[in-house]
Amino acid sequence: MLSQLRAAATLLGILTLVLGLLYPLAMTAVAGALWPAQAGGSIVTREGRPVGSALIGQSFAQAGHLQPRPSAAGEGYDASASSGTNLAPTSAKLAERLAADGAALKTATGAAILPADAITTSGSGLDPHVSPAYAELQVPRIAQARGLSLEEVRRLIEANTAGRTLGILGEPRVDVLAVNLDLDALAPPVAAPDVSTPTAWAAPPN
Amino acid sequence: MTLVGWLQILVILAAVVAFAVPLGAYMSKVFAGERTILAPVLGPVERGVHRLAGVDPAREQTWLGYTLGMLAFNAGGFLLLYLLLRLQGVLPLNPQGFPGLSPHLAFNTAVSFVTNTNWQSYGGETTMSHLSQMAGLTVQNFLSAATGMALAVALVRAFARSAAPTVGNFFADMIRATLYVLLPLAIVTGLWQVAMGTPQTLDASVSVETLEGGEQTLALGPVASQLAIKQLGTNGGGFFNANSAHPFENPSPLSNALTIWQMLVVSTALVFAFGRLIGDKRQARAILATMGLLLLAGIGLCYWAESAGTPVLAAAGLDPAGGNMEGKEVRFGLAASALFAAVTTGLSDGAVNAMHGSFTPIGGMVPMVLMMLGEILPGGVGSGLYGILVIAVVAVFVAGLMVGRTPEYLGKKIEAKEMKMAVLAILILPTAILGFSALSAVLPVALSGLGNAGPHGLSEIYYAYTSAAGNNGSAFGGLSANAPWWNTTLGLAMLLGRFAYIVPMMAIAGSLVAKTRLAPSAGTFPTHGPLFVGLLAGIILVLGGLQFFPALALGPIAEQVQMLAGKTF
Repeated sequence: MLSQLRAAATLLGILTLVLGLLYPLAMTAVAGALWPAQAGGSIVTREGRPVGSALIGQSFAQAGHLQPRPSAAGEGYDASASSGTNLAPTSAKLAERLAADGAALKTATGAAILPADAITTSGSGLDPHVSPAYAELQVPRIAQARGLSLEEVRRLIEANTAGRTLGILGEPRVDVLAVNLDLDALAPPVAAPDVSTPTAWAAPPN
Repeated sequence: MTLVGWLQILVILAAVVAFAVPLGAYMSKVFAGERTILAPVLGPVERGVHRLAGVDPAREQTWLGYTLGMLAFNAGGFLLLYLLLRLQGVLPLNPQGFPGLSPHLAFNTAVSFVTNTNWQSYGGETTMSHLSQMAGLTVQNFLSAATGMALAVALVRAFARSAAPTVGNFFADMIRATLYVLLPLAIVTGLWQVAMGTPQTLDASVSVETLEGGEQTLALGPVASQLAIKQLGTNGGGFFNANSAHPFENPSPLSNALTIWQMLVVSTALVFAFGRLIGDKRQARAILATMGLLLLAGIGLCYWAESAGTPVLAAAGLDPAGGNMEGKEVRFGLAASALFAAVTTGLSDGAVNAMHGSFTPIGGMVPMVLMMLGEILPGGVGSGLYGILVIAVVAVFVAGLMVGRTPEYLGKKIEAKEMKMAVLAILILPTAILGFSALSAVLPVALSGLGNAGPHGLSEIYYAYTSAAGNNGSAFGGLSANAPWWNTTLGLAMLLGRFAYIVPMMAIAGSLVAKTRLAPSAGTFPTHGPLFVGLLAGIILVLGGLQFFPALALGPIAEQVQMLAGKTF
């Protein structure tokens, strides 16, 4: 039994060094050498300043920007506190929120049926994408706010839309941050900033 | 449900099986102690570790010695992790300056990672220092998985050997599982995950000014190195709170396919290795067919339920064809979320790429039921294989009762001692789940943690203890579990589900290894055909159904009925 204890203790020490320090530090060194951009969080810069991560959603409220899904991460798209709402399908709180947002979005867009992602929150609260249908719903608003034609906005959204990987994996999606970077580069907004859909939901304490 | 959705599901599962066949062949050599392709590199490392720790692989242990060695190693791992978590505030590699964890949270987390559960009462990016993530959690991600593999191999040897006294050397098996299987796979797939976008850095965070002038702090860290083994070892504890729904842990549909592949491949390969080690591949195929059929049924039911949506979503004006997207990511959609949910609970992984608590009641019942069936479809690394072998022992016993013969499995007679131990092991799960759930359903200190009212609140309780006792780790996240009652009782449920199961299972191994392996005769019930697949699947469903159906009727089934009647809580 004593030799068992000695083996257990020594192995724990050796393996903690190998798996807990050597392995992650070596992975950090190799990753940093081969893929420095990804290893550092895929940071996107504009005019030399970091404005976000290509993989992480951020809040957009202005009418001239493509708007993301509502978020339950912190005060909304808090990338240091990822979270979903974890509300049940029978939650009264969820039902009230959906009814209010659905009515507001229908009034704003004139649509009778809304895309499934438009007013639901994502699992992470950091979803960087919207569905092509939800992006299409926002085209008239963006075009009006920027003084662009519908076609110009559509073309720009299409350029930032990815299909299913290999034709079968995942779902078609529009990269919100990439669209908005392109929009800002193409034409400055002409209308005043306007909050048309709420972007933050309080998550239950977790 | 769409055709392309099903195609995605089947392609990912096929990729798992295609790779698991050669990996299983390789692993059977690893655990038979034969020379493998990695021996030139890892052989010297392995011998060095043996010398330092005083391990002699030729000195084998009885079932009791093997179990005690495993318990000593895991107790040491628990103590070390507990201390690390309590003291992280004064230790290095803590760029965010997080304080040490409270005693109950440190207890829960240390138990959670040592038992391969990886239940998280905390949010990673707001609680854990880099040192805790690396030297604490990542290490136990490897070691708890290696422990499970070693135990499964010991049970397989008990079937393969004839009239032998010993089942192997725990330390030698655990080292081989780590060095030859888990570490190489983690390095290769972890680097691929970095290439796809997962961060791997010692920086804590980057602050940026967003396009609309807000400030966003992007939490970073050594994510990929932990993510790879989190999935390969069926651990499931995320670096970030949102786990594999977080775009850094799972940036794309391709990374999602890889993480599903990672969590399935080792457990599936172990079944193939089992076939080779006992010298009868047909037995492995029968077991795998049972696992595959039940898992596919779970995937299908979950996918259907999520595609059907809910009355609340439809009332708000959302397109019914879009299904239930609350708590799901656009890049994954319904099919990949349902597949992930069923796989992570058919296994004992517990990572999530969508929030199970926001699934439709039936969609959320699927992961709960898959855990209640014992997480053997195909189950955690090692724990899945030894779990289904225990059920197989029960299945041949039932078959033996029907024809009045002493049952045999793989040439070993199944007698009273094996059956007593098998039933003892099987009873652990319902005792821990229903016992603790009953207490929590009436105690105010427990009920204050619930995040949802009505039947869903009861489901949150069931899900938590099922996840803990089954060593899964996923959650209905509405529950605020970081409180003394929940942390302590969930920790106890995890310990029971892991070690109170292992000891009788190893006693079966000890009893079987001493028996002579009999050649099949004309009267032997064949355990490799469709009849046995049906029997095994039937036993799994009947056991799970008898134990848990009344509970499910009050939770998710009641919620589904109320939901369709338009009721909210």
